[in-house]
Amino acid sequence: MNTEFMFFIQLVVSGIALGCLYALIAVGFVLILKATGIMNFAQGEVIMLSAFICYFLVTTFHVPFLVAVLLTGIIAGLMGIVTERLILRPMLGEPIFSVVMVTIGLSIFLRSMAGILFGHNNLVFPSPFPTEAVKMGGIVVSQTEIWIMLSSLVLAAVFFIFFKYSRMGLAMRGTADHQDVALLMGISVKQVFALIWAVSFITAAASGVFLANVMVINLGLSVVAIGAFPAIVLGGLESIPGAIVGGLAIGIIENLAGGYLDQIIGGGVKDVTPFVVLFLVLMIRPYGLFGKKEIERV
Amino acid sequence: MAIRSKTFSESYHEDIKLFRTIWLKSWIGLFLVVLAVLPLIGDPYIVYLINLSCIATIAALGLNILTGFTGQISLGHAAFFAIGAYATAIISNRFQVPFWVCLPASGVLAACAGIFVGIPCLRLKGLYLAMATMSFGVVVEYVVITWDNVTKGVRGISVPTLSIFGYPLDSNNKIYYFLIVLTALAILSAANLMRTRVGRAFIAIRDRDIAASVMGVNLTQYKVMAFAISSFYAGIAGGLYAYVMEYIHPEHFTFLLSVQYLAMIIIGGLGSVLGSVFGAVFITIIPEFIKAFAQFLTLLFPALQDKYDDGWNIAAFGLLIMLFLIFEPKGLSGIWNRIKTCFKNWPYTY
Repeated sequence: MNTEFMFFIQLVVSGIALGCLYALIAVGFVLILKATGIMNFAQGEVIMLSAFICYFLVTTFHVPFLVAVLLTGIIAGLMGIVTERLILRPMLGEPIFSVVMVTIGLSIFLRSMAGILFGHNNLVFPSPFPTEAVKMGGIVVSQTEIWIMLSSLVLAAVFFIFFKYSRMGLAMRGTADHQDVALLMGISVKQVFALIWAVSFITAAASGVFLANVMVINLGLSVVAIGAFPAIVLGGLESIPGAIVGGLAIGIIENLAGGYLDQIIGGGVKDVTPFVVLFLVLMIRPYGLFGKKEIERV
Repeated sequence: MAIRSKTFSESYHEDIKLFRTIWLKSWIGLFLVVLAVLPLIGDPYIVYLINLSCIATIAALGLNILTGFTGQISLGHAAFFAIGAYATAIISNRFQVPFWVCLPASGVLAACAGIFVGIPCLRLKGLYLAMATMSFGVVVEYVVITWDNVTKGVRGISVPTLSIFGYPLDSNNKIYYFLIVLTALAILSAANLMRTRVGRAFIAIRDRDIAASVMGVNLTQYKVMAFAISSFYAGIAGGLYAYVMEYIHPEHFTFLLSVQYLAMIIIGGLGSVLGSVFGAVFITIIPEFIKAFAQFLTLLFPALQDKYDDGWNIAAFGLLIMLFLIFEPKGLSGIWNRIKTCFKNWPYTY
């Protein structure tokens, strides 16, 4: 096989690994969006905070990695419930603009508090995965990437089963579908909302832990979540399969653009490509790949 | 002759007057006199803060026209501000033209960018619009950093001193009067705009766009117009910012700045001209209060020495956004109106 093609395949494979991360982050967004109609702009800060929490659990408190991940998940879940109770519930019935701004305010607050508490240094996570890369027919994949792909798959399966078969999952889907009817059916919508925020924050924690393994931990981690917006829009805002497909697509596109266009235009193309895609999707097909097309008749 | 107990109007013309009572006129006159005397007696730092507040007011007015009056969320206001600032810097550096070419050119360039964003955004609402404008902001930031041979990238660009007909405004005190006049103009034209057909159309679009279009408001035209006017204001403010700071850098125009402008109009009051002024001044001077409060705390607890940095400002500012939205959605102008009504109706509370 020629090297051009190998280069392409290599970019696609690492793009898929990146895409899995995007998909995971996107699912965190979409969960809240689907059930409550709120876009949580503070999701990135939750990811960043979980990375820090996991780091300090492992290094300062010498907790084994898996336990640390579990603890991080629990803390994040509690944070989700507290956020919903303290900040979002008073905003019920307010215009969407105000609700969005509240989450932006929360994100600014959390980020600067993290800066004050944890400092602005770059921390390197002691990765539990072996560092030597795996070679498969000329393509190099790091073990961390393989673990990310596998765990994302498992998480996606867990979500699928949870929403399809569990009682709570059904209640959540019902609430997302129609709040009033769900209420009449005896579902506690408040409870569902609190739980949705918890589940979404736990997802964010999972992506935070993975991000900590592939990048240095600093305040900039929260920006990665903004990189997942294009994935959500491409997938169609309120669809979980859409978020996964969108995440993978954006990961691959970003990597390909970085691999080929960087030489022509100069550095940084990789970071901006998702936003160009976002802009294009919004122009051409605002409801994304899997979203509902809302028709307004006048 | 009936005794006038409160302010009331006897004709529609009287009802939409900008300055409705003699009291209002005299208060504004007094305020202007105070502003005029201030640089002669006040601390230079206060003058500098007022200069910054003026620029913020102009930009916040622009955003309020788009977001508060027309109801189109924009998370990319810093991008238009940046376009104005860079236009002023680049034009005045390369062509040595006076400010009265430079500044309007920056405004017009920003307005063109606004139209460029506004037209494709016509189909978008709410969250989608927020994300589209936000991604525009990211793209502009990227262009400013990467287009090195024009914008000088991360090295930043210096701006020549503003001079009016050969008279250089080289200190904060001198540029102050220029800014006050321009800000007054901006406030007056925004307030007047809202009394015209265009302003009414904006408000109608915000309240219910479909109904507005049934009533004969051309949605396409007016939404694009709102984008253009809003970014024109931002462009002018950006140009002034470049003149005041004399050096601009991509770091000045991040997403946080867009959020700051949104915070100004939320804390000030959405859809209120007076609110934009309140919000802009409030957000500009709040770091000073936090600094003073931090110093006060270090007096009480010496252990906190050297713990204060910019992070606290930003944290307080995020907290303020949340608190205002949860407890006082009408913002400072809402509080202002309540106090005013309370005084006007005294001793009857209703």
